[in-house]
Amino acid sequence: MRLSTRIAAVGAAAVLALAGCARDDNPGNGTSGGSVDLDCDAGGDGPKVGLAYDVGGRGDQSFNDSAATGMQRAVEELGATCTEGEAQDGEAESAREDRLRQMADGDYNPIIGIGFAYSEAVDAVAPDYPEVNFAVVDGYDPTPDEPNENVAYLGFAEHEGSFLVGVAAAEKTEADHVGFVGGVNNGLIQKFQAGYEAGVKAVNPDIEVDVTYIEQSNLSGFADPAGGKAAAAGMYDGGADIVYHAAGGSGSGVFDAAVEAGEGKWAIGVDSDQYLTATEEQKKHILTSMLKRVDVATFDMIQSVADGKPLTSYQTYNLEDDGVGYSTSGGFIDDITDVINGYAEQIKSGAVKVPETP
Amino acid sequence: MSIVRRFGMGLLAPLTAVAAAMLITSIVISLSGSSAIEFWEIIFSRPADRVFVNIVNQTSLIYLAGLAAAIGFRMNLFNIGVEGQYTLASYAAASLAGAALFPGLLNVFMSLLLAVAVGAAWAGIAGVLKVTRGVSEVISTIMLNAIAITLVGYLLNRYGVKVGNGVRTEVIPDGSRVDGWFPFAEPDGPVWALGLLAVLGGIGFWVLLNKTRFGFDLRATGASQSAAVASGVNVNKMVVYSMLMSGGIAGLIWMPSLFGAAYSYGTTFQAFLGFTGIAVALLGRNQPVGILVGAVLFAFLNEQSNRLTLETDISANVVQITQGVIVLAVVVAYEVVRRYRTKLEQRSVTETLEADKTAKGKAVSA
Repeated sequence: MRLSTRIAAVGAAAVLALAGCARDDNPGNGTSGGSVDLDCDAGGDGPKVGLAYDVGGRGDQSFNDSAATGMQRAVEELGATCTEGEAQDGEAESAREDRLRQMADGDYNPIIGIGFAYSEAVDAVAPDYPEVNFAVVDGYDPTPDEPNENVAYLGFAEHEGSFLVGVAAAEKTEADHVGFVGGVNNGLIQKFQAGYEAGVKAVNPDIEVDVTYIEQSNLSGFADPAGGKAAAAGMYDGGADIVYHAAGGSGSGVFDAAVEAGEGKWAIGVDSDQYLTATEEQKKHILTSMLKRVDVATFDMIQSVADGKPLTSYQTYNLEDDGVGYSTSGGFIDDITDVINGYAEQIKSGAVKVPETP
Repeated sequence: MSIVRRFGMGLLAPLTAVAAAMLITSIVISLSGSSAIEFWEIIFSRPADRVFVNIVNQTSLIYLAGLAAAIGFRMNLFNIGVEGQYTLASYAAASLAGAALFPGLLNVFMSLLLAVAVGAAWAGIAGVLKVTRGVSEVISTIMLNAIAITLVGYLLNRYGVKVGNGVRTEVIPDGSRVDGWFPFAEPDGPVWALGLLAVLGGIGFWVLLNKTRFGFDLRATGASQSAAVASGVNVNKMVVYSMLMSGGIAGLIWMPSLFGAAYSYGTTFQAFLGFTGIAVALLGRNQPVGILVGAVLFAFLNEQSNRLTLETDISANVVQITQGVIVLAVVVAYEVVRRYRTKLEQRSVTETLEADKTAKGKAVSA
């Protein structure tokens, strides 16, 4: 009996420790790191929006927060109201579906899934609610031969934006050695990597680019600051002086690694202008951020429903229509914006083709 | 001790644990500035039809995970590797089923067989390492988890089918899908037929442990290794066998979902069930019925938590706090009750002895 208690104690400790490894749901624990202010109830009689966040949720200072920014704009400009749901690490697919169904049953329209992991769930739910409009950011139709007429897939040309921050990295590196940390090794994040590498090589083909992914397929890679920190720290130790991350909530770990690596080591943010939400310590190390305007896409979707002309099928936001870009907060790249904008023009005109796969 | 009293004692520990967990959760919610009453109202509300179906389905997965962990625990083997075993097994089975080498239900059967084999083999590595090299199974299974999860990710990226931004294995053909029964309207979903694996697993687990020589040896080794050796049990063999069985059951964990809803291994794969299983096995004291109660409780809490973020400002993560506290409180409560019971037993023994003595004394003086 006593032995089994001991077993139980060790086991319980192990469970909690291991489960804890992959869960950091409090990204707001940085000293001044703030999340987006979103007041769902402040709107009026505009659309009732259901926002279903991915793992990490609002407060990740990255991907999900960007969607919240777009939502807030809709609250202010369109009088929209909203409800928010958030995916849990390791939750059942049925839980994702149920989240969407509860929103649909609650007469929310449109319902926006933030993150490609909602693709399957939306595909399962949408046919049961033909009068409701769904959107999936980064989404895709898993059953292309049975298209849904009430679903919009909001995609981005991440490779184009990543190309520009790659140029920035190549211009600023003194070690001729930079790095890339991806959250999860999938087609989506590979687009970031491909664009970044192409941007770096466009400036100087001799610059070395380290690439690491936190997880191969497990989505917890987007909510694992410790994993992000370990990956980036390894690159700084190995001689890289600038690391770009495309790892959602894990990115705060990359910034921490840059802070610890010290003067002259930089990190590049992603999705949102991460300089604005970083801590004072981190701000000194955030060179720029690749902007993926999830806020624009979110707002567009809501507006289209408010106008009675809901978006459907695949929509792509690229450099041309400011769907992607880069930030200049902090003023660290003010001296090279001409160079970056030069490349941007070439991408827009089609003179430079950015690859989507590494 | 009377039967009623013994029964009461058995219930005392889990009830105290749940009460403690409720109290602590309420305090946490209140401290974070939300309403604990609101939280419990939602958690204890009647689940909607489809949520009810989901709870049943999730229970079957969690129960299998709990059984897998419990087999090892009964023998003092900490198989922390259930997570890696079922991840690898699920990927292998989904690949085989998707390849459709066999027709119809034979395809399902062969895939289940492969899942068991892969899960068992992966756990077997830890068993063999322990027996031949003395490597602690705790360490080796944790390492094997990391390897399995990374390996599956690699294989999926390399050989998977790319669909949009996602990657998955080939979709299982229509003839090899095993949906189940629809207790409510069709959108509310089916109760997965392969959930029956959990029922069979539970019965098999009980029979194996209580009605077979193997089960006796296993329990004996768990209770006292030296005594088991003295009575002729080959402990090394038992270690390997129980790791194989633990891993074999682990291989089945995600199968009801694979053939009932997901039809491929990809973004719809449900991770972390292995760790949930460990918690549930602890909660259920490694007994088939106890694990069932634990599995229902965890599935219920998980599924009901969805409404929290939609209707209140309480994070669904609070439910994880509740679950964690329940597990810890159960461990503590059982120990407290055990000590109390020992004390009662000692007292009753002393009383009997005293009574005997006085009775004898009386007899002598008479």
